[in-house]
Amino acid sequence: MAKYQLNINGQRKEVSVDPSTPLLWVLREDLKMTGTKYGCGVSACGACTVHVAGVATRSCMLPISLLGDRPVVTIEAMKDDPVGRVVQDAWVEQDVVQCGYCQSGQIMTAVALLKHTPRPTDTNIDESMGGNICRCATYVRIREAIKVASQKLK
Amino acid sequence: MSAATKKTDDQQLNRRSFLRVSATAAGGLLLALTLDLPATAQEGGPPNPQQKNYPPDAFVHVRPDGRVIIQVNRLEFGQGVQTALPMILADELDADWSQVVAELAPAADIYKDPVFGIQMVGGSGSIAHSFQQYRELGAKTRAMLVATAAKRWNVAPDQCRTEQSVVHGPNGQSFKYSELAIDASRQPVPATVRLKNPSEFRLVGKKVRRLDSRPKCDGSLKFGLDLDLPGMKVAVVAHPPVFGAKVRSFDDHQARATEGVRDVFEIPVTRGGTGVAIVADKFWTAKRARDLLKIEWDFNGVERADSSELRERYKQLARTAGLKSVARGDAKAIEGIAASNLIVAEYEFQYLPHAPMEPLNTTVRVDGDRAEAWAGSQFQTFDQMAIAEVLGLKPEQVTFHTEMAGGGFGRRAVTDSHVQREAAQIARRLRGTPVKLIWTREDDIRGGYYRPMHVHRVEVGIGADGMPSAWRHVIVGQSLLAGTPFAMMMKDGVDNSSVEGVSDTHYNIPNFNVSVHHPAVNVPVLWWRSVGHTHSAYVMETLIDELAARAKTDPIAYRRKLLKPEAKKLLAALDLLEAKSAAWRRKLPKGHAAGISCHESFGTGVACAVDVSIENKRPKIHRVTVAVDCGIAVNPLTVESQFQAGVGFGLSQLMAKGAITLHDGLVEQRNFDGYVPPYMPDAPVAVDVHIVPSAEAPSGCGEPPVPVISPAVVNALARLTGKRYRSLPLVTVQAD
Repeated sequence: MAKYQLNINGQRKEVSVDPSTPLLWVLREDLKMTGTKYGCGVSACGACTVHVAGVATRSCMLPISLLGDRPVVTIEAMKDDPVGRVVQDAWVEQDVVQCGYCQSGQIMTAVALLKHTPRPTDTNIDESMGGNICRCATYVRIREAIKVASQKLK
Repeated sequence: MSAATKKTDDQQLNRRSFLRVSATAAGGLLLALTLDLPATAQEGGPPNPQQKNYPPDAFVHVRPDGRVIIQVNRLEFGQGVQTALPMILADELDADWSQVVAELAPAADIYKDPVFGIQMVGGSGSIAHSFQQYRELGAKTRAMLVATAAKRWNVAPDQCRTEQSVVHGPNGQSFKYSELAIDASRQPVPATVRLKNPSEFRLVGKKVRRLDSRPKCDGSLKFGLDLDLPGMKVAVVAHPPVFGAKVRSFDDHQARATEGVRDVFEIPVTRGGTGVAIVADKFWTAKRARDLLKIEWDFNGVERADSSELRERYKQLARTAGLKSVARGDAKAIEGIAASNLIVAEYEFQYLPHAPMEPLNTTVRVDGDRAEAWAGSQFQTFDQMAIAEVLGLKPEQVTFHTEMAGGGFGRRAVTDSHVQREAAQIARRLRGTPVKLIWTREDDIRGGYYRPMHVHRVEVGIGADGMPSAWRHVIVGQSLLAGTPFAMMMKDGVDNSSVEGVSDTHYNIPNFNVSVHHPAVNVPVLWWRSVGHTHSAYVMETLIDELAARAKTDPIAYRRKLLKPEAKKLLAALDLLEAKSAAWRRKLPKGHAAGISCHESFGTGVACAVDVSIENKRPKIHRVTVAVDCGIAVNPLTVESQFQAGVGFGLSQLMAKGAITLHDGLVEQRNFDGYVPPYMPDAPVAVDVHIVPSAEAPSGCGEPPVPVISPAVVNALARLTGKRYRSLPLVTVQAD
């Protein structure tokens, strides 16, 4: 076990965990922030996506010992994020979710896309969102919601 | 599970239902419907749990604070029933929709499916089976509120009207439901009640957004895997690499030395096998410790299934007649057809995993002669019974909470409840401590319970008019029902879930012969969203398309001509498809082709047109138009969503790595790197969904989107490449 000082959603947190523990499980079990989801554990589905120093990152394969002092932002902070809130509202307006389990990761990926590329093309959307699995396959509505959010962010 | 529907339709007529009413501790009107079910035990099925004593045994609770709490007798796992069933009830109740709160009901007799007789989600039956039930519940509750108001005003109830949770009297008086709720709970429940005419619906038939969107978008919704209880431990299990293998010996020295590991022990797992459970404070600890276990497995007497061996065996079997499913007309007619008028087609389908996004999990706590369980379950009745059996308790001693589930597609409807049994075995050892069993994604992908592998061999004789004159069809695949409590539904050894979609085809084929072989294979199999239709629709719709092409007839016109007139839903869907897709199908860019399919399943008729090109040796799906006849569309927004996304799910079996294969008993895929479901670039860019207007009773929409998409896509590919695609998955696609 080792102690780590973390910056999660702008708050300082201290955890004592095995250094190999992925950020995902520190969030879910030590910090009780379960909005970030476990889907595969091998960076293949994107359900665990968070922002690490502003970059959409798979938290399931990032050992806590390699996080360093980089700030982490999770789905729980999106309602207070100017882009995050617009994206969440677009998701609700477009009735995107079905089972909803992957949507934290979809939204975190979409927010990162829109912060970087406010007016994404279909190709931009495919490239950015193309690593996130939605097993319900709500992809058509995810795409529409990203376009709606993009319009509102103008 | 469509077969189950047929079996129990008759029983439903004999069933009496009655309502009970009670005042609650919280105050207000609480209405519970109790079904008087025949004991399924007498039919050779699983015994019913004893009469319930689980709170809360209610469907609707009109609270003095104005909120209307509606219990949903189903699992919500994406299909939208947690919104649609409350819509049905709230509509008849004339409740203020903004005040409606939906809750998932725990396991209890009163929440059993009125047709299937167990508490479950499957067979696309949630709306189809509970439409009438939820309407009556809403209407009866409304009648009691109206009677209460009428009594206070000394007027006749039929002088009152209701709207937005308010009763209005004849002289401008009004009471909010919240002001009537406590008195209304003392009213007798009316035996009969008038239901609305469809023209009076205020919610049903309107596009209503889901109730669970916001919490699913802000991370606050708790799925089963997110459960956190005081003192809870987490368990993982090292499963045998071959189904049914046993632990010969294991060295847990290093595993136990891992800080945070609480216990390591052997437990029984599915198919008579055993595994090693690790209990730890946290998941990562348990998972790391599992990696450190050294296990010697005993494979004695365990069949090692092998996909290539099965493929050869199935293909041989398909050349022989199987158990009779349908024998219509002249069985020998096919033999008199000249080779030039004969199509002989062999199809291969692989095992498919469901791989729901939320990995399988169950939490159990055992406290003396009581236990509590939490799981996203499609089969609450079976899962509760299984936990009770493992613990030596009666089902009613196990409180079973239905947790919101991250997908399922059939994977949470398991008759042997193997995940719940594992969880109960582990929790039994840790009495008083809640334990959450987590199946990792690797456990899931390698854990069996797949859509069975199938081979179809079809001989089609073509008549002078270009229509099929004789059809001989042999299907080979493991039975889903054999050895389960549903085995009683098999008739003369035939499992309808293997032949559905072929045996009950609406195409008018005079000499029609269908038979099936059900080999026993050491791979657990399970219904996968749309069950037999996953492969049967593919075979039928690609062959019909080939026939249409040979006859040089438009694929929609050919289907219309071949369908029986009584196939009203399919014909209506095809007409609507023609109207909505003709314009874009006539103006396709170079390198694109249109593909057509139609299929009826679970009582819903679907027709589909796709616009496909080839990019990087893969089909690129630019557009899908779907026409649906599902009777009354309770929530057209949900129907649209189910079809838009359901066709994406249906593409799973076309993916280049969209299969599970076994070699020497071992599953060759481990995670989403080996089994690759559709990602956004694989899915259609746009899907437009059109619903046939209807006043008929609603039919299912969860499964019917799945069967149509794969045949439509390969029918388009056939136009681009000249090839017919009979073996899935679709590895590469290119023109010669």
